[in-house]
Amino acid sequence: MNILFNRLFGAEQHNIAIDGDFLGGYATVDGIEVAIIGTRNKAAINASISLKVAEAILTVISEDAETSRLPRPIIFLVDTQGQELSRHEELLGLNGYFAHVAQCCELARIHGHRMISVIHGEAVSGGFLAFGLMADRVCALPEAQVRVMDLRAMAKVTKIPYEKLLVLAEESPVFAPGAENYWRMGAIHDLWSETDDWKCCLIAALAQTENEDCRARLGLERSGRELAAQIAALVAAA
Amino acid sequence: MSTKQINYFEASARTRLEALVDPDSFAEICPPHLRYTSPHLTRLNAPVAFDDGVIVGRASLAGHRVLVASQEGKFNGGAVGEVHGAKLRGLMERALIDRPVAVLLLVDSGGVRLHEANAGLIAISELMRAVLRTQVAGIPVFALIGGSCGAFGGMGIVSRLCAEVIISEQGRLGLSGPEVIETVKGVEEFDSRDRAMVWRITGGKVRRALGEATHLVDDDVHAFRSMTAQLLDAYAAEQLKSAGLAELTERQQLLAVRAKKYAETRDGRIIFQESGFKELEDVALMPIDDFNRQLGEAV
Repeated sequence: MNILFNRLFGAEQHNIAIDGDFLGGYATVDGIEVAIIGTRNKAAINASISLKVAEAILTVISEDAETSRLPRPIIFLVDTQGQELSRHEELLGLNGYFAHVAQCCELARIHGHRMISVIHGEAVSGGFLAFGLMADRVCALPEAQVRVMDLRAMAKVTKIPYEKLLVLAEESPVFAPGAENYWRMGAIHDLWSETDDWKCCLIAALAQTENEDCRARLGLERSGRELAAQIAALVAAA
Repeated sequence: MSTKQINYFEASARTRLEALVDPDSFAEICPPHLRYTSPHLTRLNAPVAFDDGVIVGRASLAGHRVLVASQEGKFNGGAVGEVHGAKLRGLMERALIDRPVAVLLLVDSGGVRLHEANAGLIAISELMRAVLRTQVAGIPVFALIGGSCGAFGGMGIVSRLCAEVIISEQGRLGLSGPEVIETVKGVEEFDSRDRAMVWRITGGKVRRALGEATHLVDDDVHAFRSMTAQLLDAYAAEQLKSAGLAELTERQQLLAVRAKKYAETRDGRIIFQESGFKELEDVALMPIDDFNRQLGEAV
């Protein structure tokens, strides 16, 4: 993990503790302190990890609310294979735990904390909804794998031949896995390349955060999602 | 108006909606004759619906102004695609302008529509932010859950963001459906054909006992209406105050305590016992009023 931390923040500019699949700590970006909340090892997000994420967010909010300093930005380091699939987690009400994380993110936004997600592994389905997609801005490293379902599984469930899906995936970003597809649809703001200076990328991303949800507009501009902005506007204006 | 019972579970999205709100008060936005269908389903040669599986509009309920959306579980399992999701999000934006007493979501959905999975996932994320923003503005969103598809996937998360979750005994609320868990983890983990077990994990009574749903009602549109009316009266009298640091810190404690208390639990039987119900068979057969009374509610 240290290689990643060094590339993102610079050597000796971070103090991040690893607790199983959970990462928590602080780093310095462009001279300011930021909070780091992350997952690794393609974590299956369960109630326990949700609670750790939510607690870390609430801690940052409450610490900064008690001082006169500017609210510190929060960087989410995202790596999740999705939600944990188990009867126990369902019984606990995992969806309720995810909703709690989302509410904590929204509260952080209201309190003036900028939030950036950096996908350093996988970002999949419900895990990504709970952890990553709620940020102001989502950035993907070159190795990021982003999806709801792989094409073979999708072919099985929808009973559409795999070969046909492969061909259609060339024309449309709407169902096939890939960070590029999510970029075209506006849900990933920036794709960082291997040759980029990720420290500079992160500083630039922080400077560009917006309070409003502009993903539908971005999807329209990038021709990946033509209808979402239009239909929502139609309903909102009716 | 007629008080003839209308089975909520069986009813179509439109029947439910029209019986729920005041007679003839519903005005649809983007009605089916405008034919906003999903181009992505068309490209995959899959059937489309002229409303893309969700009806949205304005209405009144017990005289209160509301915005309302109703998902059709019989179309693609009520799953959210680009157009469907955009209609829901647009309704939340409309709420900031109209300032209704509440926005009602008649949820009946398995979550993301796989034919347009990326668009569906993003749409649900946008809807999550929109629901939160609407509630921060003091307008509560209610989730009404009692359809055949329940509220799963991203719609299970959206439902739990809502200020009120009204569920029937037949309603189901969760994240991953039993079929998905069985397919990936095996039948030993979750047997999706074991209906009693499915009910004890995701069903309305266990959700209410756990506090994941705020109200349990009979499987009858009028019962949903009467509970909704009662809540609208309350919110009309006192505006929703959105959750701040104190409330979310308290929620954090509550969820942590629950995770610890039920750390080994894989059967809702334990949750019923902890909620003061002695015999599981009794809970299953117990009328809703008695169940609510036992949970310590005034009926």
